[in-house]
Amino acid sequence: MEMDRHRNNATILSILSMGLGQIYNKQYIKGLLFLLFEAFGIYYLIGNLGKALWGIFTLGDVPRTLVKGKWMEGDHSIFIMVQSLITLVFLIIFIFVYVQNIRDARSVAAERESGKQANTFMQTIRYVLDYKFPVALLSIPTLGILFFTVLPIIFMVMIAFTNYSAPKHIPPAMLVDWVGFDTFKNLLALKSWSRTFYGVLTWTIIWAILSTVTTYFGGMLVALLINQKGIRFKGVWRTILILPYAIPQLISLLVMRNMFNGEFGPINQYLEYFGLGRVPWMTHEIWAKATVILVNMWVGIPVSMLLIMGVLTTIPRDMYEAAEVDGASGYQKFKIVTLPMILFTTAPTLITQFAGNINNFNMIFLLTGGDPVKGDYQYAGATDLLVTWLYKLTLSQNKYNMASAVGIIIFVIIASFSIYNYRRTKSFKEEDMIQ
Amino acid sequence: MSKRKGKNILRLTASYITLIILAICAIYPALWIVLGSFRPGKSLYSKSLIPESFTLKHYGELFNSRVIMFPQWYMNTLKVAIFSMLLGVLLTMLTSYALSRFRFRGRQNALSVLLVLGMFPGFMSMIAIFLLLKEINLLDKHIALIMVYAAGAPLGLTLIAKGFFDTIPRSLDEAARIDGASNFRIFTSIILPLSRPILTYMALLQFTGPWVDFIFARLILRSKEKWTIAVGMWDMVASQQNSNFTVFAAGAVLIAVPITILFMFMQRLLVEGLTSGASKG
Repeated sequence: MEMDRHRNNATILSILSMGLGQIYNKQYIKGLLFLLFEAFGIYYLIGNLGKALWGIFTLGDVPRTLVKGKWMEGDHSIFIMVQSLITLVFLIIFIFVYVQNIRDARSVAAERESGKQANTFMQTIRYVLDYKFPVALLSIPTLGILFFTVLPIIFMVMIAFTNYSAPKHIPPAMLVDWVGFDTFKNLLALKSWSRTFYGVLTWTIIWAILSTVTTYFGGMLVALLINQKGIRFKGVWRTILILPYAIPQLISLLVMRNMFNGEFGPINQYLEYFGLGRVPWMTHEIWAKATVILVNMWVGIPVSMLLIMGVLTTIPRDMYEAAEVDGASGYQKFKIVTLPMILFTTAPTLITQFAGNINNFNMIFLLTGGDPVKGDYQYAGATDLLVTWLYKLTLSQNKYNMASAVGIIIFVIIASFSIYNYRRTKSFKEEDMIQ
Repeated sequence: MSKRKGKNILRLTASYITLIILAICAIYPALWIVLGSFRPGKSLYSKSLIPESFTLKHYGELFNSRVIMFPQWYMNTLKVAIFSMLLGVLLTMLTSYALSRFRFRGRQNALSVLLVLGMFPGFMSMIAIFLLLKEINLLDKHIALIMVYAAGAPLGLTLIAKGFFDTIPRSLDEAARIDGASNFRIFTSIILPLSRPILTYMALLQFTGPWVDFIFARLILRSKEKWTIAVGMWDMVASQQNSNFTVFAAGAVLIAVPITILFMFMQRLLVEGLTSGASKG
């Protein structure tokens, strides 16, 4: 019984208030820091927690009202939601620190029982830097990611379960409410929305497959072309053909948009010059789809080319020599040696590119803006991908709840692909075996 | 024998013709926009690729126009780019160093979380970031943009940088540790000097990002004199409907040339960065 005395005292004290356990352990500075944190935390929570809990359940209940010819401001549901979210995240951090405080007091007390001196403050810092170094390092980026990525994502997921959308539920004039799964039901089953959703989804998948395949095999062909025996100035060809990759996409895509301009663009001008008719590059549904694939090849082939040229240099010569001894023709050598080696090394990148193309916002938004418009679509055009549709729904249509639901669906698609891919790659499974 | 030789010549000729066509396709848009920027007049249409006369007027217009605040946007972008590069690279280095070198509880989970978070479309969080920034009064300020870019850096780059750090033999750190070096010292005197390629790669990506991103920039920077160059360029094409194509061309050339040269010089490095996550192992 006597043995546990320190441990129990420290634990109970630190449960009563942060820092007391540490002070009991004669770690005064640490204890004081904990006390200060608690004082600040409690001060903040008393001011905000009640409002946050009310806010997260009701999202505000006073609409803007007209009193004697003047508008009285009501609750702004979305600000209330953001504020509540911040407070709740702080609460979680507070509880986490509190638990850490108790565990710390208890473990230091246990060491004291076994006869060791408690660390001084300097020793503690030294200990953290030596043994808890990774945690200390990660804390700063984690905060950034928490605030700018995790919090926004939670917020957007929450939005998908509200009716936050124009024209009826846009603060500050109107209130927003929780609606459960209604947004998803509308998106997937309500005729007007589901037609757009399935249409855009189908095109997104077709686009992702076509754009990945065309750039990959296009790049492979170009790489093999340059790598042929007898081709001179290999470096020069490579440097010229890499140019489209080096030009910033923002610029090259805006330039392309002008080049494919149906009325004044140079491409139609040349077609007319050679006696061929003008082509409605951007304005006809099928042509517009072909145009984005074509321009994407221009942008994407150089990357695949570089990648595959890199792989080609790593294929050992003796594999070809062995094939030659067996009397393989050029085509057979390609089929037996080159192709499998390329596929084996670049397969993970291929899947990454596929996932990237599903989300290829720039290509569509800068080139066609999703146009041409389709009459029976809700705010989407023929070349719109899910991501560009999401962007339009948010920025120009203010259908925030629909946009969030679309975002969640995109995420589920991409995440399942990428996690599968990543788990499979060896660098994840066997990372400790490299060394 | 001669039949074979003939076939060979045929193959090479066909290859060279294909290569020349591809090269023209690759160069043409760049050539077209450069020549367009020297063409008198405002219109997109021109009778021939090479203009009949050359003028530098459009470049002058970029710097003197009241509507197009090119020099202002240029300085804004430079500022945002430099700070977001410094901060972003630092954060990424910290994260990837910790994840590559130390084995601690929750590490594997941290890696998966990074991977998963990186897959959310960036602008899905757009509105939320907008509201959060509004909450803390940072809208229309460059520091907000710098924070968004820098905080996003570890998400995109950590796995690549970690892959690179993994290839630095751990026996080096262990030897230094035996000699009594602290973690910080190991980081600064062993890891940093050896990771120059990946540092350059990350710095390049972080630096060029603000020049070409207009999604967040347009969202956060509201007033015209705060814009970055990408927002300005996009605005020229999208909202002014190409009424001033040649000035757009001049601006495009001024942005694209430095970045293109940087990328051309570093192409080998970029491929390494591109593949280091995948081809290894």
